[in-house]
Order: sequence, then structure tokens, then C-alpha cells
Amino acid sequence: MPRDLRIWLGGGFIVLLIVAAVFAPLLSPFDPLEQDLLLSTAAPGQEAGHHFGTDSLGRDVLSRLIYACRIALTVAFVAATLACLLGTVLGLLAGYFGGIADLVISRLIDIWMAFPPVLLSILLVAVLGSGLHSVIIAIVVIDWTRFARVVRAETQQQAKLEYAEAATALGMGRGAILFREILPNVLPVVLVLLSLEMGIAVIVEAILSFVGLSVSTDTPTWGGMIAEGRQIIYQAWWVLVFPLVTLFLTVLAFNQLGDGLRQWLDPVLKR
Amino acid sequence: MNPVIDIRNLSAQSSAGPILRDVSLTVSAGEAMALVGESGAGKSTIAKALLGILPAGIKVTSGEILFDGTDLLSLPPARMWALLGVRIALIPQDPLTSLNPSRRVGDQLTDGLRLRAGMSKADARARALELLNDVHIRDAGLVLERYPHELSGGMRQRVLIAQAFSLSPQVIIADEPTTALDVTVQKQVLRLIRQLQRNHGTTLLFVTHDLGVVAQICDRMTVLYGGKVLEQGATADVLRAPAHRYTQALLAANPRYDRPEQSLKPVPEALIAELKREISA
Repeated sequence: MPRDLRIWLGGGFIVLLIVAAVFAPLLSPFDPLEQDLLLSTAAPGQEAGHHFGTDSLGRDVLSRLIYACRIALTVAFVAATLACLLGTVLGLLAGYFGGIADLVISRLIDIWMAFPPVLLSILLVAVLGSGLHSVIIAIVVIDWTRFARVVRAETQQQAKLEYAEAATALGMGRGAILFREILPNVLPVVLVLLSLEMGIAVIVEAILSFVGLSVSTDTPTWGGMIAEGRQIIYQAWWVLVFPLVTLFLTVLAFNQLGDGLRQWLDPVLKR
Repeated sequence: MNPVIDIRNLSAQSSAGPILRDVSLTVSAGEAMALVGESGAGKSTIAKALLGILPAGIKVTSGEILFDGTDLLSLPPARMWALLGVRIALIPQDPLTSLNPSRRVGDQLTDGLRLRAGMSKADARARALELLNDVHIRDAGLVLERYPHELSGGMRQRVLIAQAFSLSPQVIIADEPTTALDVTVQKQVLRLIRQLQRNHGTTLLFVTHDLGVVAQICDRMTVLYGGKVLEQGATADVLRAPAHRYTQALLAANPRYDRPEQSLKPVPEALIAELKREISA
């Protein structure tokens, strides 16, 4: 797929989600929490206004999907950005200064990577207590290694190139070289990872709300909806399928955006 | 005249063995000195030692490098940095990898002016335009906005030359600055370096393996082999009447464009073996 199409489709879908999240009260046809047991598990289009059907408690699936964007995107942006900052800074330090800094940070990454991430996040949230903050902290604490590992390797490679040596010969200090010379060359990789990480954060949040460890159950989340829909899959497929497809498209959009950005930001590929 | 660079009995070692053996050389102010030798002769190591950017594996075991009377080897890092770019600058070998691929030429050229000379953004830009004019780049304003990969090899090397001269250093070290360029561009770049060096009265240390380049640009030359100085003298004298047999063999190995029927003569193996024995003794 051409890179511009990736950026437009991926970015376009994400913008759509952002609009949905921000204007949720205006866009959703019903109150996402309003129950109507008389309308329980109405199929899509069966009852007036309920285009995506209703769940077992008669709540409107479309309205819940729209409100759930808020949690998903908050986690995606906040958790991924924080993980990116932490991982990138540690990766830059390890890759550029080497020695003790590299030793400590690299061993830390090794140890971290040895834990199964989903189990570790469930454990973390269990210890921290459920809630949005805990979900974000869990993602940051686990996923900084993705950034640190790649940024460290990339920094090491860039630091060996002659432009870094030439900058040293110009008398630029170590900090100036790291942030003015090396960082711009590492940034494309970081941005791609950031976009991928947002997709991962959305999945992790969905997993945690699926097992009931994310926000409280009266806030709609895609993971929570999938968990509810799973129990009534034979009576009402729409309760499961719509959040699942939304989740899938969201992760796909972040991945495509990341790939497109990588090609677009690479100064050598850029013509 | 007092030498600007005075290297005394410099020896360096890596894990694989000695890199430099008791190298001594002096360069006077305004002079162009060539360091000539094949790969592994230690010419780049001398250049890097002067700039304080020796790779981690190479250690200086003895000797000193006096720059204007101060020993660079015993200088604390902060004072070494204060000299770099301002009083000693480098024209690097590969113009593509020596420019940062993701920053505009203008930003890279003004870094030194802003960070080291404390110029304002506007002043630095004006100075950068002058510098590019000095290296005969037309449309300097446009070039400042370009990324390195958008320029030709010759243009990139000119930018690096402008950068090296930007803070009017006393000494410029040119590390094979024309090796990565086309022959036609080589000549222009050499002439440019020579011209700027004369105009600024800069002392030039020119690292190369190309005797033709030496003849064009340098007043004096030092021939190195295996980290040892074999011969030193005025370029014209050494090239006309080489004293050392290795220099003679090197000259004989140079292809003669005016005599294409002559076959190439590599440096004789027997001479290499003899040199190796001589050096390790």
C-alpha cells in the first residue's frame, strides 16, 4: 500500500475516533448507561434508533461504543507517550554513554522482558487496584522496554557514524551531540514505535477491562463489552462483534499510521 | 618560526599491537604538511590523536602532542573541547556520512557559529551565507535549506570545508577529504582547500595515500609505514629525490598517464618484509 494512503486511512480513522470521543454526548443516540429491559438484546435495526442493537440490559450498543472511545484513546495516548518518554530517555543514555549506564539499563531490560507482559500487567493492576491510573501505570511500567531496546541499538549505531565524530571535532559537547545530532536521527524510529505502542495500549486496556481490572463496570469499554457479549454470543452476536471490529480497526489504524510515518519521515526515502 | 604542532616521540598501542612507533613531526604556522602512507600506516591515528577522538581501543603509550606549546594529551576534556572547532578543526573523509542526514545544511553549518561563537540566529545565517560563497557554492540561500542527501558529493564536501573554516581555526586537519569524490571534483576541492588555507594563513595537516594530491597541495610531507616515520622533507625534494627505498617504490607504483604502455609496479614484497623486520626491531 502506498505510504500516503496508509497515513490518510490510518490517521483518518484515528481522527474519527478522537472526534467520537470528544463529542460523545452529541453523537451518541442514547445514554450509554440507560437500561431498558423491555428492549433487551434487540437486533440491529429491530428497534427504532438502535442501529447497532442493544445488549442484555437493553443499553444501546452504538452509544456504548462511542463512549468507550474515551477510555481507549486516553489510555492509548497517555500510556504510550509516557512509555515512549521513559524508554527513549533510558535508551539514549544507555546507547550513547555505554559503560555502567548501559550495563544497568540493559540488564534491567533483560529482566523486564523475561516476565510475560499480560500476566505482569494483571499482577500490577491487582496490586495497584483497578482504575484508569493503574491501567496507564501498568502499561508504562511494562512497555518502556520496547522503546528502550530499539532506541539503545539505534543510538549506538548512530553514535558510530562519522557525523557524530565530526560534531565532536567541532567541539560540540556530549549533551549537544546526543540531543541535536543523534536524537533527530532516532526520532523516526521512536515515532513509528509510538504509533505501534498506541495500538498495543488499546489492546492491553481491552484485555484488562475484559477481565474486569480496568475502570469500574459502569463506564463502557470495548473490553468490557466484549466480555459481556461473549456470554450471550448465541443470542446476540452484535454485542460481541461491534466492539471487536472497532478494536481491530483501531489497532490496524495505529499500525498503518506507524508504517506510513516511517516511510514519510525517513529523510533518505523522502523524495 | 615556532611550530604550531609539535609531535614528540608519539607511540600508541591497540590490542592487536603497536599503531604508532616513536613518531615525531612538526608543522609550522601557515604550512601544509602531508601525512602519507598506505592503510594501517597510522596517519589517521595521528589525526585522531590531535583531535582527541581516538577510538576506545587505542591508547597512547608515550610521547606528547604540543599545540602552541600545550600538550593536548594531558589536557582535561573540557579544555580540549574548548579548542576543537575553534582552534583545531577537521575536514572529514566521507562527505555523506559526516553530515547529519536528518538536519538541514544550514542548521549544521550554523551550529558552531551559534554554540561556539555565540552568534545570534540571524548573524549566524548571514555568516553561513558568506562561508558558502567562500567555497564557491552558488544559490547559497537555497543550499542552506537543503538536506545533505539533496546535494552532490562535491557540494557536501564544500559544505564541510566551509564548516571547518567557519570559526577561523589555526589548524585544520584534512582526513583524506577527496577520497570519496570523483577525480574531476577532487581537483576543484583540493584547489579550494589550498586557496582557503593560504588566504586564512591556516596550518594544514593533510592525511592522504595519494602522492598526486600531496604534490598539488602540500609544502612538506611525512611518509609513514607501520606507524613509523620513514622520511620527512619538503614535498618537491622528497618527490624529486626520495631518500628512502619505500618512498621510491611508492613513487614507482604510481600509474603514469603519459606512459600507458608501462605496467604497474607494486611495492616489492621483499621490501615490505624488510620494512616489517626493521620496524619491529
